[in-house]
Amino acid sequence: MALNISILIVDDEESVRDSLYNWFIDDGYRVDCAENAKQALSILESKNFDIILADIKMPGMDGLEMHRRIKSLNKDSIVIIMTAFASVSTAVQALKDGAYDYITKPFDPDDLSYLIRNAANQISLKAENEALRNKVVSLENIEDLVGNSQAMMKVLKEVERVAQSNSPVIITGESGTGKELIAKAIHSNSHRKYFPLVSVHCGALTESLLESELFGHEKGAFTGAMFNRKGRFEMADGGTIFLDEIATISAKMQIELLRVLESKTFVRVGGNKEITSDFRVICATNRDLKKMVENGTFREDLFYRLNVVNINVPPLRERKEDIPLLVHYFIAKYCTSMSRDIISIDSAALKRIEEYDFQGNVRELQNMIERAIVIGNNKEIRVKDLPFEKDMISNSVESLEEVEKKHVHQILIKNDWNISRTAKALKVDRVTLYNKIKKYGLNLTK
Amino acid sequence: MFSDGHFEKEFLDKIALDIAQEYLFPVEVEEIHIDISDYYDPTRRQYDGNKLLKKIDSISSLEIIKQIGLFKVDLFIPILTYIFGQATFNGNTGIVSLYRLRNEHYGMKKDEGLLLNRITKVVIHELGHTFGLIHCHIPTCVMRSSTYVEDIDQKSKNLCIKCRAALGLP
Repeated sequence: MALNISILIVDDEESVRDSLYNWFIDDGYRVDCAENAKQALSILESKNFDIILADIKMPGMDGLEMHRRIKSLNKDSIVIIMTAFASVSTAVQALKDGAYDYITKPFDPDDLSYLIRNAANQISLKAENEALRNKVVSLENIEDLVGNSQAMMKVLKEVERVAQSNSPVIITGESGTGKELIAKAIHSNSHRKYFPLVSVHCGALTESLLESELFGHEKGAFTGAMFNRKGRFEMADGGTIFLDEIATISAKMQIELLRVLESKTFVRVGGNKEITSDFRVICATNRDLKKMVENGTFREDLFYRLNVVNINVPPLRERKEDIPLLVHYFIAKYCTSMSRDIISIDSAALKRIEEYDFQGNVRELQNMIERAIVIGNNKEIRVKDLPFEKDMISNSVESLEEVEKKHVHQILIKNDWNISRTAKALKVDRVTLYNKIKKYGLNLTK
Repeated sequence: MFSDGHFEKEFLDKIALDIAQEYLFPVEVEEIHIDISDYYDPTRRQYDGNKLLKKIDSISSLEIIKQIGLFKVDLFIPILTYIFGQATFNGNTGIVSLYRLRNEHYGMKKDEGLLLNRITKVVIHELGHTFGLIHCHIPTCVMRSSTYVEDIDQKSKNLCIKCRAALGLP
């Protein structure tokens, strides 16, 4: 009936041990016996049991004391205390100490069956829960981060390395590269994974709203503060707080944030009680924070406090080999969510996607695939289902010089007019780039 | 099958026939008279099943493959308030009491047919343990665990296909 459950019987009376042994063997459990607490603890040093049935009164160490020691050896064991002398105080004590149940000898056969059946159910539910938790975590990891390019593997290795620590992390990368997914992966691989990952999009909130959002507020702190409200730092207790677009926060908020990061304590807006929260901070930005420090728009002390670990997520154009994998992943994802059969993509369409320079990175690719599935023929994605097809046709009337001028200008802007980086991206030398800038009359304001 | 105290021959023969049909072994019935007063526990006012089981086990002879003792007295084992029967797992011997199998014990009308049916099921069940069978989860299988007489009435007096296969029975 319950072949995988093991039971240890601890009782100084041989007849009790034998009777219980025979009873459980008939039910198909794996059973072992010990005649006192010392022998039981010695068995438990080398072998785990799911259920331990222990007599409360034994010579030497009693059942309650043994129960405390068992819990320090294996906290997952279910301990059921048996006694011939029922007393409320010992029963309460046993349950307070974490015993699963308490049963008075002699038992009604049905009570014993019921008790063990319930304990066995709890064990299998616990095991099932653990298995499902692991499954959910691994699914999250596999599903969220797609790619086996060298650039992506490097990022994943860094994620794995930093996940186990508590250090702050700054994730940098262009918009749409998946910085929030990296934050999720760090969180779900860390020991904080069973606690919340709280995300705050700093760029979407005004200074006062962000303050209230992060620290919470007391009732009446400002107009509209009708109730006490927990802040995001408080909600992230035990887990991780993800501050997206960190570069957009005001100078005042930078000071506040620095103080919280150093003390892990804060006060709600309009409150006076100091609140402590244990959180890990992960930030993301598409801006160059170091440059902002040089310009004086971002505090240097906060930068160094946050920039303990830096993970740079590469843009899609630097990991083009991941495009086919991503395309198939998004096709499967959207077809499943739209309850459709999984469709294919024709080779011409895939080639066109691979050639495209995704300014919006993975997010743009994702939207492109979703759109193609919606408007397509339900069998395969064709070139005509892709949104850039029309643009390409209309662009084709432009002269080669016009196209080159536009492209050089775009890459310059993307690299903040850094000549070396732009030249590298365009795969030309710096002199050639200077000549192109001069030829097309490009400048910073244009 | 040893019976202690007076059981009608016809009653015992019917049980023996069912055992033989289930396990495909010849069954012999023998009435014995043993002094069981030594096994009486005055504090519980019941008879110690463990000790009786050992006693029956000691009667064993070479020609007997398995043996079962039938009693009319109330049986207990130290941990349980009562038992219908018990057996040595993978051993030779089992015991069964009809004390708690009678309808009258529960304030109901006497029913000899039902009593015979219940005893037969408990005997076949305990013999199953001596052959190494554990409790079965199939509701109609005789090896299903029964802690109340109503549970016994719910199951059949036969082994399920899985239990039969475990014993190599057709």
